[in-house]
Amino acid sequence: MREPTPHTEAFGIVAEFDRAEALVNAVHKSRDAGFRRIDAYTPFPIAELTDALDFTENRVPWLTLAGGLFGAALGYGMQVWTNLDYPIDIGGRPLLAPPAFMLITFELTVLFAVLFSIGGMLILNHLPRLHHPIFSVDHFHLASSDKFFLVIFGDDDQFHPDRTRAFLDGLQPVAISLVEHTEEPE
Amino acid sequence: MTDRYAGITEEITRIPVAYPKPGAWWICFGVALCLLALFLVSAGMLFWKGVGIWGNNIPVNWGLAISNYVWFLGIGHAGTLISALLLLGQHWRNALNRFAEAMTLFAVICAGLYPILHLGRPWRFYWMAPYPNVMNIWPQFKSPLAWDFFAVLTYLTVSVLFWYIGIVPDLASTRDRARKRLPQVLYGLFALGWRGSARHWARWRQSYRLTAAIAVPLVVSVHSEISLLFAAGPIPGWNSTVFPPYFVLGAAFSGFAVVAMIAVVLRHALGLGDLVTPRHLDLLGKFTLATGMMTAYGYWAEAFDVLYAGEDRELATLADRAGGSYAWSYWGAIIANFVPLQLLWVRRVRRHPVALFLIALSVTIGMWFERYMLLVTALYRDYLVSSWGEYHASLWEWGLFAGMLGVFLVPFLLFVRFLPVISSFEVKEALFEERGG
Repeated sequence: MREPTPHTEAFGIVAEFDRAEALVNAVHKSRDAGFRRIDAYTPFPIAELTDALDFTENRVPWLTLAGGLFGAALGYGMQVWTNLDYPIDIGGRPLLAPPAFMLITFELTVLFAVLFSIGGMLILNHLPRLHHPIFSVDHFHLASSDKFFLVIFGDDDQFHPDRTRAFLDGLQPVAISLVEHTEEPE
Repeated sequence: MTDRYAGITEEITRIPVAYPKPGAWWICFGVALCLLALFLVSAGMLFWKGVGIWGNNIPVNWGLAISNYVWFLGIGHAGTLISALLLLGQHWRNALNRFAEAMTLFAVICAGLYPILHLGRPWRFYWMAPYPNVMNIWPQFKSPLAWDFFAVLTYLTVSVLFWYIGIVPDLASTRDRARKRLPQVLYGLFALGWRGSARHWARWRQSYRLTAAIAVPLVVSVHSEISLLFAAGPIPGWNSTVFPPYFVLGAAFSGFAVVAMIAVVLRHALGLGDLVTPRHLDLLGKFTLATGMMTAYGYWAEAFDVLYAGEDRELATLADRAGGSYAWSYWGAIIANFVPLQLLWVRRVRRHPVALFLIALSVTIGMWFERYMLLVTALYRDYLVSSWGEYHASLWEWGLFAGMLGVFLVPFLLFVRFLPVISSFEVKEALFEERGG
């Protein structure tokens, strides 16, 4: 999901919670209220949150599989091709020796599966990204320690600065703040 | 409960932010730097004069270099295996996996350097890579040397990536806690702008788990590959079918021993007693004991094979191992590996840091004896009397070995000083899940 571009009036409104359960609950309520463009920030992965946000994407596993297949083909193909390209006859042994080729084929399968998996994860997450409007929120540094944040993005169809703030207030967060767009090269 | 989260974050990030007891760290770092200097001198001498400065000869053309290669790579494997326990949902791994993985990285670097230094013309190691060249020839892919190149390179790359994406959220946490500008900028750069978005976490988890799942067969393949390096040579004592599992388990055995040693030292030096608890030491003790007994089976199976087959030269190699010029390495391996190990059957010994450390040290040394024994006792007496000869490591080889410990220790000490040594977000996640959310 793309995050809001600077064309909307605000980046979003952020609510801070001090318990993970409260955040999961807040995500459920926001979705029930019709908000779709929301995100949550937590200090550690929470499985319930993934469900609450209805995140069903499987592109990373598929990329991993694709990487593995690519690596296997590359590894085996490279050995076959180079052996045919410069044939060396040693004691009449077969030029193409599948058992001897398997090890490198396997290693490259693993290598490319992992490269695709991790590279794909970073690209899909739009990382590295060194600046982000959310970093301007007070206390956001606690999102990597013990606090839990919910953001409703400014480009949600139902977003309205006052009404959305009132809605979030009803979820009894510790704090609420409006996040402006910050100037950034993108 | 949230206090506990903040407490864990604080306990782990305070180490890179404001290192406790920097005096002791500087002493260790100074020693490690001296060892690194010794490595540079020994390697420089090797580059200048050639492999002739080593004791390698014909028939014993594999000496300390290759036995240390196998030893270091073996040590690395435990880190990967501990990380892969993630798949089994074992929460206790969280207190150990970060520094175990760092140990893997640096051990693999040390291991990878050895075959290169052993090449004779080390500056041409890249000939092992399939690159288009004017002579229009390619690497010999049917040779174990080429397998080595791909196995070590893949293992190193995968270990680096796995460790790095595992540390990114904690780098973000350290960035948020750093007080000075320069650390903020540096941790910020390496944290890649991580902000703990739920969608990021979801993709991160998919990628992290898949990599862990792929790492287990990778460990098995890398160390089996090393045993094939032996088995592909028609040398008595190197052709046992038990080799691949025996090598992999021996690797895990030495690796768990080193993880146990590091755990005991870090726990004491950094005051991490409530994260690395006696329970963790207990589990490391159990793993060391279990893999040790499996390695003992390998010793037994190897001897049984030889006696059952009754082939002359194999029998003679077995006799050479038990009573030849290098019998000290055979008996050294058996005694150091398996005698103190039996103490680990006792729960109190496993939970006692000093006892566990000493037993692990004995295992580490014993496994070094074993790698030496496997190489030299097989090579020094071949089928023909004309190809019999002795091998004695030269001072330069010992210098390189001691220096290689510096290659391991310098980056490891920098890691301890500047990076979160324990995975704080995974400890918090485990706490969250154990308390029923």
